[in-house]
Amino acid sequence: MKFDNEFFSLGYIDRLSYKETFIHNIDARVKLAISLVFIICVVSFPKYEVLSLIPFFIFPVVFLAVGEIPLNFVLKRIALVFPFVFFIAIFNPIFERKVAFYIFNIPATYGMLSFFSILIRFVLSVSMLILLVATTSFSGICYALKYFRVPEIFITQLLFLYRYIFVLSEEAMRMVRAKDMRSFGKKGTELKFYVKLAGTLLIRSILRAEKIYYAMLARGFKGIMPYRKKRIFEKKDFIFLIVSVLLLYVFRFFDVIKLIGRIFVRGL
Amino acid sequence: MHMADALISPEVGISFWALSVGGIAYSAKKLKDNMDDKLIPLMGVLGAFVFAAQMINFTIPGTGSSGHLGGSMLLSILLGPYAAFVVMASILTIQALFFADGGLLALGCNIWNLGFYTSFIAYPLIYKPLAKNGKNTFLATLLSSIIGLQLGAFSVVLQTYFSGISELPFKAFVMLMQPIHLAIGIVEGIVTTAIIRFAASVKPDILEGVYNLNNQNTTGSMKKVILMFLILTFVVGGFLSWFASSNPDGLEWSIEKVYGKPELPEKEGGILTKIKEIQEKFAILPDYTFKKVETKETPAQKEEEKYPNIDVGTTVSGVVGSIMVILLLMGTGFLIKAFKKRTV
Repeated sequence: MKFDNEFFSLGYIDRLSYKETFIHNIDARVKLAISLVFIICVVSFPKYEVLSLIPFFIFPVVFLAVGEIPLNFVLKRIALVFPFVFFIAIFNPIFERKVAFYIFNIPATYGMLSFFSILIRFVLSVSMLILLVATTSFSGICYALKYFRVPEIFITQLLFLYRYIFVLSEEAMRMVRAKDMRSFGKKGTELKFYVKLAGTLLIRSILRAEKIYYAMLARGFKGIMPYRKKRIFEKKDFIFLIVSVLLLYVFRFFDVIKLIGRIFVRGL
Repeated sequence: MHMADALISPEVGISFWALSVGGIAYSAKKLKDNMDDKLIPLMGVLGAFVFAAQMINFTIPGTGSSGHLGGSMLLSILLGPYAAFVVMASILTIQALFFADGGLLALGCNIWNLGFYTSFIAYPLIYKPLAKNGKNTFLATLLSSIIGLQLGAFSVVLQTYFSGISELPFKAFVMLMQPIHLAIGIVEGIVTTAIIRFAASVKPDILEGVYNLNNQNTTGSMKKVILMFLILTFVVGGFLSWFASSNPDGLEWSIEKVYGKPELPEKEGGILTKIKEIQEKFAILPDYTFKKVETKETPAQKEEEKYPNIDVGTTVSGVVGSIMVILLLMGTGFLIKAFKKRTV
């Protein structure tokens, strides 16, 4: 049932992105830029850094809570892409066994530190990306890309692709279901069936492209796709931008964790 | 083999972003110069086709495990290198955004690894000459799929290695990646050929039309493109090394691991210094030469230089601080939620 899951989750993100919350209403350009800077800040820490990464979780937390995105959904998405990173990261504690320090007589090696560092980097960057897309409509993202001078053809391609992913995936899903109903167990997943299935889908796609082209011509297509009109940069966008940049700056260049810890220890 | 944000350093990520954006801009310009508007919906729909075809799994003969289509060779054959590169880039962008496959910073790496080598190296240098008169298409597709994927896999290894986040030894990683991608390349070549042959046998006229559009768009020599990308690579290499010398935790660190020292030992005066001067002006990685150099240091000294100092005294406040921050974070989340419920 892998196919259905992937297809439905794509549609689910699309639906999430049309909610109306504070985060959803922030300008897409601001959100895209902040997300990119966020990821660069996170991955630019030295490889043994673990604690300094924790404050960055405030961004996903706020996006999640304000944007009303279900936590389960984000966790599921993270789990789906987890294996590759885990597989690469697991070698760090194996290859690097020098002890960095002891916590209650339990040795912590440099390899373990970098292992946890990679995992936290991974969760931060992936959750930020998922939340960015779940709180921003795709046309908004494309508008932001246009604003950042991405070539027009590429954006047109993205818009087209996004639109037809749903159409063709649905078509593919119908074909797969029809095949599954006529076959038992693993039967029907052999290469020769796949080739016929994909080949048929290819022909249908090309035919469809032709029909779309004529339909577009009939509606005055001149080589560029029109999309969402210009957005005005509002006051709240500006405030969001300033606050985010400030927070990122502080988290990146000051040791927030130790500062709070010291204040707390002294208070005791 | 999608690269992840967590495994790369910003220098590597930004460099490959620059390369990929350059590639897209160049392809876009090329397409715009001599484009039939018909190509636009075709590119979009074929991209969606690859996407949908990737979602269907098949059993790999002889192993029982399942695999799926990659699609970059198929796109190159149908659409030509420029359009294929743009389509592949768009597919990877959507995968990064909606499936978190790869990441935002790693997107440049992924477009480069999975798009560039097939469209701009394997297709023009292997597929085109081999399959000149419509003969040997199977061999041509198979070989170019394999080479495209091998180069892509090696690129993943290099990016991981230069980022210095993973401890995987270079050699071991290569030995891991290349054979796996040899197998994937063979399957990809077979499936790509089979799909195109099947489609051509059922509706030959339709594929003809696609090829005609393709030929119209790929006039002009590919030599210029390859030259341009070579220059771009050098420029980016220079950028990378400039970063490396200003940021010792990323690149320099990995070089340090290989040589045991951040800088290679040098002899004063003589022709070597001259060469080095020239090299520093033009080199991709001015700080280091890729040559094994004997190190005089003892292993213990090496160890000390390699690791940052972690002060045990401050780790206590570090641990307390983390707990506090985590509590704060969770509290913020719950507060926002509670506040929302009340207002609704």
